[in-house]
Amino acid sequence: MRQRSLIAMTAALAAGALTLSACGSRDDKGGDSAAGGDTTVVIGVDAPLTGDLSALGLGIKNSVDLAAKQANEKEHVKGVTFKIEALDDQAQPSSGQQNATKLVADKDVLGVVGPLNSSVAESMQKVFDDAKLVQVSPANTNPALTQGPDWNTGDKNRPYQAYFRTATTDAIQGPFAAQYIVNKAEKTKAFIIDDKKTYGAGLAATFKAEFEKLGGKVVGTDHVNPEAKDFSAVATKVKNSGADVVYYGGEYPAGGPLSKQIKDAGAKVVVAGGDALYSAEYIKLAGAGSAGDIATSVGAPIEELDSAKEFLANYKNANYKEAYEAYGGYAYDSTWAIIEAVKKVVEDNDGTLPEDARAKVVEAMQSVSFDGVTGKVSFDEFGDTTNKQLTVYTVEGGEHKPVESGTFTG
Amino acid sequence: MNELPQQLVNGLLLGSMYGLVAIGYTMVYGIVQLINFAHGEIFMTGGFGALSVWLILPGGTTMWVALPLMIIGAVLVATTVAIGAERFAYRPLRGGPRLAPLITAIGLSLALQQAVWAWYPEAKSARTFPQLSGGPFHIGNVTIQTGDVFLLIAAPVCMAVLAYFVNRTRTGRGMQATAQDPDTAKLMGVNTDRIIVIAFALGAVFAAVGAVAYGLKYGIVDYKMGFLLGLKAFTAAVLGGIGNIYGAMIGGLVLGTAETMATAYINHIPGMQQLGGQSWADVWAFVLLILVLLFRPQGLLGERVADRA
Repeated sequence: MRQRSLIAMTAALAAGALTLSACGSRDDKGGDSAAGGDTTVVIGVDAPLTGDLSALGLGIKNSVDLAAKQANEKEHVKGVTFKIEALDDQAQPSSGQQNATKLVADKDVLGVVGPLNSSVAESMQKVFDDAKLVQVSPANTNPALTQGPDWNTGDKNRPYQAYFRTATTDAIQGPFAAQYIVNKAEKTKAFIIDDKKTYGAGLAATFKAEFEKLGGKVVGTDHVNPEAKDFSAVATKVKNSGADVVYYGGEYPAGGPLSKQIKDAGAKVVVAGGDALYSAEYIKLAGAGSAGDIATSVGAPIEELDSAKEFLANYKNANYKEAYEAYGGYAYDSTWAIIEAVKKVVEDNDGTLPEDARAKVVEAMQSVSFDGVTGKVSFDEFGDTTNKQLTVYTVEGGEHKPVESGTFTG
Repeated sequence: MNELPQQLVNGLLLGSMYGLVAIGYTMVYGIVQLINFAHGEIFMTGGFGALSVWLILPGGTTMWVALPLMIIGAVLVATTVAIGAERFAYRPLRGGPRLAPLITAIGLSLALQQAVWAWYPEAKSARTFPQLSGGPFHIGNVTIQTGDVFLLIAAPVCMAVLAYFVNRTRTGRGMQATAQDPDTAKLMGVNTDRIIVIAFALGAVFAAVGAVAYGLKYGIVDYKMGFLLGLKAFTAAVLGGIGNIYGAMIGGLVLGTAETMATAYINHIPGMQQLGGQSWADVWAFVLLILVLLFRPQGLLGERVADRA
């Protein structure tokens, strides 16, 4: 009896899910509107717009929107109007893939900005690559996305030609953090925690390797479930391990409470992590104990860059409800990279979009080069950004303050 | 340093919270044989009820004044939601196939989550919850957080009150009678409709107290905090023997302790390094559940059917 009701329930849920996904894929607009006059090019956005990571995702969406508006205002590409279509991936790989399929089906989409999460990117790359639709991520830092699964052994192999990113990779971010923590912060006993996701586990591994190379000692490791909120058992382990630094490979929704509970347990440590801890939300969740916590993030702090002044002013004037957060500048540059690529394609084809515009845009993207908000925007042979700057931030007076910028050169 | 006492305390605290929420599952199941999957969300609305009271109170109110009011706010919101759910979602389906109210419960759970997400101000990400001031307390080498003190007091008090209510009061005995045989209870003059509403309301009261404890312990409430916790509390109820109120509390404590011990010690066992740590705690908790159900399908305290209420 119990079993039968379970089967019935599963069937009902599956039927419901199928109905919903069918609805989702039906509304692609048929036919291309390239015929004469004003052409509309759609730039897709995929990011978590709801849920725990929505602070970062909404910052990305707003920045893409701003870039498209600016391009239209300046008539940067003659005869082309840019429009954005933002989809919510809820930080779930499955939703990301559905969104990718949906964007591919819309013939007007010539480029996509996103996603936020490396794990989501993994599920989207092949869909976009098969459709030859260019994807530029402002935030993915997992090295394998551009350099193949064996990047660590020196066997670098670019798996997807249509994937680019303006964020630098964890192959640089993890060691960069390790250098700062050992040499400048003078912490040598680390407890390393990750959330087992593509981003978190990868970052923790690159940190660990460099940390040990520099003479640091790893006094403990653990993996946490990022959906959980109770980390008291882990906190007790950290306290008793005698660590003076906790490196967390993961994102702020779990990182904030984790930091709070570790400090509450009485451990005398600083919590350090990567770009996904660099958010005001982290400080909110971690509470007063977060003072001194360290986060590295991609690029130089955009508040201090001359090239970003215009972006900051425009963002403010556009009155977006949400802040641009850690990846706003990168999302803006990613969008402009797509716009520049579209411009080149249109100009090479006598002012109109060619038949195979998508493939041409992918080609053009490889040689895009311009001065963006975050510095020079161009891509190397793997689709990675050539701008490999990173910045260390520490929490001071309730906000992240930049300490030093630089890069890791081995 | 020996960390066993601290880890035991961690586990018992986590378990007390599971237990408080599990009581709601077990009481409703005991009386109407319905697994109220929306109970986790009733817990969540309680948390937001308490937060709302805090936001309405003038800034600078001390927690000693605010906390009782916040508990009242939490209880009011949670019971209103629970009674509303019973009246409008479950009662019309009573007597129908058992699958119908179950699916309704799942639907209600999603609806409540999304409603809070959409309409509560700034609830799209986690909201901070006010904290008790004062440093942590040290007993030997065990540290107890200020926020946990509330849970430490509230959980046993709630259990004692519930035991008194069910065993000694007229309504409580009416609940026991309804649980044993609703038709006969009705014939004996028990208003079973009222008893069912009271069961939902009582479950909500405990969930609301649990939600305030959650807010104080973790410093945040969010729209999906009831999902995972509700699932764990349901597991605790099954572990202790669903339908048995003492079983719910015991089940919660066992589950909480098991998760904490798994996090702390499994990876010290040679050859098990890969299977330890916090991310595996849930796996071990469910392994325990399966083992208990294999040998005692009725749960740890399940056989005291006469007591279920």
